[in-house]
Amino acid sequence: MPHTSSVPLFWRLKKSKYMMIGSKCQTCGSVFFPPRVICAKCRSRGKVADHQFTGRGVIESFTIIRAAPEGFENAAPYAVALIRLDEGTSISGQVVGSIEDVAAGKRVRPVFRRITQDGDDGLIHYGIKWEIDDGSAGTEA
Amino acid sequence: MSGEEIGIVGYGCYVPRFRIKVEEIARVWGEDADSVKSGLAVEEKSVPDMDEDTITISVAAAKNAILRAGISPSSIGALYIGSESHPYVVKPSGTVVSDALGMGPDIMVADFEFACKAGTAGVQCCYSHVKAGLADYAMAIGADTAQGRPGDALEYTAAAGGVALIMGRDPLAVLEGTYSYTTDTSDFWRREGQDYPSHGARFTGKPAYFKHVISAGKGLLARLNAKPTDFQYCVLHMPNGKFPATAAQQLGFTMQQLEPSLVVRKMGNCYSGSSMMGLCAVLDVAKPGDRIFMVSYGSGAGSDAFAWRVTDKIAERRERARKAADYISDMKYIDYATYVRMRGKLKGD
Repeated sequence: MPHTSSVPLFWRLKKSKYMMIGSKCQTCGSVFFPPRVICAKCRSRGKVADHQFTGRGVIESFTIIRAAPEGFENAAPYAVALIRLDEGTSISGQVVGSIEDVAAGKRVRPVFRRITQDGDDGLIHYGIKWEIDDGSAGTEA
Repeated sequence: MSGEEIGIVGYGCYVPRFRIKVEEIARVWGEDADSVKSGLAVEEKSVPDMDEDTITISVAAAKNAILRAGISPSSIGALYIGSESHPYVVKPSGTVVSDALGMGPDIMVADFEFACKAGTAGVQCCYSHVKAGLADYAMAIGADTAQGRPGDALEYTAAAGGVALIMGRDPLAVLEGTYSYTTDTSDFWRREGQDYPSHGARFTGKPAYFKHVISAGKGLLARLNAKPTDFQYCVLHMPNGKFPATAAQQLGFTMQQLEPSLVVRKMGNCYSGSSMMGLCAVLDVAKPGDRIFMVSYGSGAGSDAFAWRVTDKIAERRERARKAADYISDMKYIDYATYVRMRGKLKGD
């Protein structure tokens, strides 16, 4: 079957998808995930560099996806949350585990999981999802 | 650095959260659960979530090992992943794991395959690399999302989990010796393109598991001029709960020496991670000075035997990450229908 995503595009985004490397403006301190090459505040005066996020944060809001898009049908129902990262910016992402456990205000931490795959013969795409953080040791990103 | 001693500087495991009970599988196939449970000495097995595979399990286990070792991922010079469920047939799992953890690009990477002992084969390579000066640290992973054909006896035990061991100097467990025993014995195999393995049923015992585990075990004891009573713990590959108990007895070890490693009862057989998971469970409770005897087994067939001596580094490092018992007790039961869906045996459009 035809593959739905560009292989080189995936390579280029690997650092942010695998390791939560975003960017930070060295001028004003603003952080961005996914990474930006120009600071949204300082514009041309800003100097943006890679920034390693911990991936930890708090669920601000969430929704349960029951009618999933193509490629995710077998995973439904699953939770997608808006997560306020500890470093200050927010990101949307899938929360793994039981959907009953997902609630606004709960802390989450990153886990490395399969995101999707291009048919039966294309690439498997991996990246970060989130799980509810129960405070146990040994789970830093 | 404590001299030239080489061994495990960090270890980490990961077990997926879901469990299915032997009773639930037996119910679907009309078998007597009590006789299955007593025959296998297994109560339940782990099941990976739909978005988990050998690569994601390896990443989770490796993170815990790196935390325990307290080293930078980029200081690891080799990564070998042993599994019989690599997500790709062609494209190494290690490439994804290495980049996901920031270990590369200055790193030797390869995927290993030797049924359930591919992980311990990696441990031997990593030890050799460190000893030869090719790498300061080298990581071996044994991980699997094992599959049994629906209705097959393997379905009761084929489980998921993984373990990462980092070899280096200043270890928490010194490798005192290792020895392998290998023959062409076809007890379990899977041909290219087949979803499920085939096996030699009752012939997987005496001429396969027992012959190789006992020969490797006796071979190492002889080479070390050691006896079973010199060790506080014994860890064997766990295709079920019965085989290691019988093999340990035949080697001269007691159930007290074996018991702390028998994780198979509550999580099943995670194939390449099986004996390494037993080792993790023992390292989680061992004291400095304790000696651990370990033998893996891979169908096809071969066994790798190891003798470990725990050092005083263990106490602090083991608290840096979740223990095997933490993962095994943090679980949620699912029914057979959910299990079938999660393992991809039931597909929609």
